Amino acid sequence: MATVTRPGAPAGPDLRRRTHPVKVDIARALPLTPAIVLLLVFLAGPILWCVYAAFTNIALTGAGSGETKFVGLDNFRAAFSSDAFANSVVLTLVFTFLSAVVGQNLLGLALALLQKRSVKVVRTLVGITVIGAWVIPEVVAGYVWYAFLAQDGTFNEILGRFGLGQNWLYTLPIIAVSLANVWRGTAFSMLVYNAALSEIPAEIEEAAEMDGATGWRRLRYVTVPMIKRTVTTNLMLITLQTLSVFGLIYTMTKGGPGTKSQTLPLYMYEQAFSFSQIGYGTAIALVLLAVGAVFSILYMRLLRED
Amino acid sequence: MTTQTPAPLVASGTSSSASGHGRGPRTWVATVLANVVTSVIGLMFLVPLLWVLFAAFNSDAGLKLELPSGSTFGLDNFRAVMTPETTYRPMWNGLVLCVGSAAIAIVVATLAAYPLSRFETRYKRPFLLTILFSTGLPITAIMVPVYGLFVQLNLIDTLGGTIAFMATTALPFSIFLTKNFMDGVPITLEEAAWTDGASSMQTLRYIVLPLMWPGLSVVLIFTFIGMWGNFFVPFVLLLSPDRLPASVSIFTFFGQYGSVQWGQLAAYSVLYTLPVVVLYVVLSRRLGGAFNFGGALKG
Repeated sequence: MATVTRPGAPAGPDLRRRTHPVKVDIARALPLTPAIVLLLVFLAGPILWCVYAAFTNIALTGAGSGETKFVGLDNFRAAFSSDAFANSVVLTLVFTFLSAVVGQNLLGLALALLQKRSVKVVRTLVGITVIGAWVIPEVVAGYVWYAFLAQDGTFNEILGRFGLGQNWLYTLPIIAVSLANVWRGTAFSMLVYNAALSEIPAEIEEAAEMDGATGWRRLRYVTVPMIKRTVTTNLMLITLQTLSVFGLIYTMTKGGPGTKSQTLPLYMYEQAFSFSQIGYGTAIALVLLAVGAVFSILYMRLLRED
Repeated sequence: MTTQTPAPLVASGTSSSASGHGRGPRTWVATVLANVVTSVIGLMFLVPLLWVLFAAFNSDAGLKLELPSGSTFGLDNFRAVMTPETTYRPMWNGLVLCVGSAAIAIVVATLAAYPLSRFETRYKRPFLLTILFSTGLPITAIMVPVYGLFVQLNLIDTLGGTIAFMATTALPFSIFLTKNFMDGVPITLEEAAWTDGASSMQTLRYIVLPLMWPGLSVVLIFTFIGMWGNFFVPFVLLLSPDRLPASVSIFTFFGQYGSVQWGQLAAYSVLYTLPVVVLYVVLSRRLGGAFNFGGALKG
């Protein structure tokens, strides 16, 4: 792929760069214009506006609605000293750790490993089911899990026989939404690990088996080290996805009861739209963006090491 | 960028199976155990899903998973929701939104991918890095500023504005996928045409595109699926009930009337999910099931 070059140009990037007048560069960049315009207006624009508005008291109602003033770091000070903000940060961490890092990641890896050992029928049927959960729209997934975990839902029907029935959406809402997110997102990790595992040469595993390394040891000392890069990339991607989950939680619990499942995106939504505090809402958005940006940069670093 | 491409990924269904077949009782037990555990996990994924299917055909559905039987089995729920208000208009709105933004995304992404794939220039690397960076940004976070921007530009509650924004959110990923597919088309054919005096846009139109239709249709369907399920963007940017797509209306319709008709909600969920499942099946046939990860891991 790297062999694709400017037509007629001799190979070697250095030579090419020097023979290139700036004019040619600009002419060639022309087809990029629509993409650049859209990205500037609808992506860079909002992000810049976010950086500006986070330092103002802009609001739809009340004090900030008439005249917008710069308030410096007030929004951030308010956020970092607010219990509700701290609560949503903790919940976001719990949600991301439980559903992405532990749930989707480990279950996806386990499924990929197990499928390798399964007969074709089992492998295919389980694959279809897990991918089915992934394909259906977010809101439908929310309703499915609302029904499944509700007081008179299927989960309690099963657990009730052991006397464990309770209203999970009220007692452990963050666990409930995490379970739903594991259900919805595991297919991604499963497919990623399937692909990675199929690239390990069979001889390596067989050699380890011959040497007497069985089961767990083979997994730990042979398989996992060989797919280490995939593990990191996968963790990065699913963490980014999980950070921005909104529809699933909103459908299941609306962040409640109270604020017991209010992750950062839901807290941001409530502040900005329900309470009309746009300035404060954008400050939270900026925090979320910054976290996403850090992960994004880490991810790019990882790809470059390749 | 191209050097960072991971090796081609293999479909999940084709990975080498049960490696240790028939090598002593120990492997045999392990194989049976693996099959049982895999099936149990599969069953746990299946049970929540079954509720929607069963409840949709059960006129007396509750929240519990139960087989519709005798008098309660039927299409009553579907009949009840298949009205202009509940189903047809939101589905149509969703279609307009998704087709519109997927079309814009694919045209713009193809144009952008061409110079990125064909020429070696000084802006290429920074541009690709910016694109890669923006694929990682949580779109959820910019919904508040986007709302503010849309109020300023008078774009709130317009399909056009929402389409443009949704197309933009899909762009970074679409550009990556399209560029990678385009890299697969050999440049020699174009060089011949260039020698004959064809412009680069002409070669794109008459030589490159016809050779990469399969790739482009994958990008198109993939973008469509992503948008069809998108809830937050239209939820924030559209207000009038008659403009809402299915992803939002399914949420609002059933919250309004106090007691929820679970059977109808399930029937509507089935109708709303159907197009995505059909597209997914078409797509995975075409590319052997692993279509999205080639691009996902690259970008």
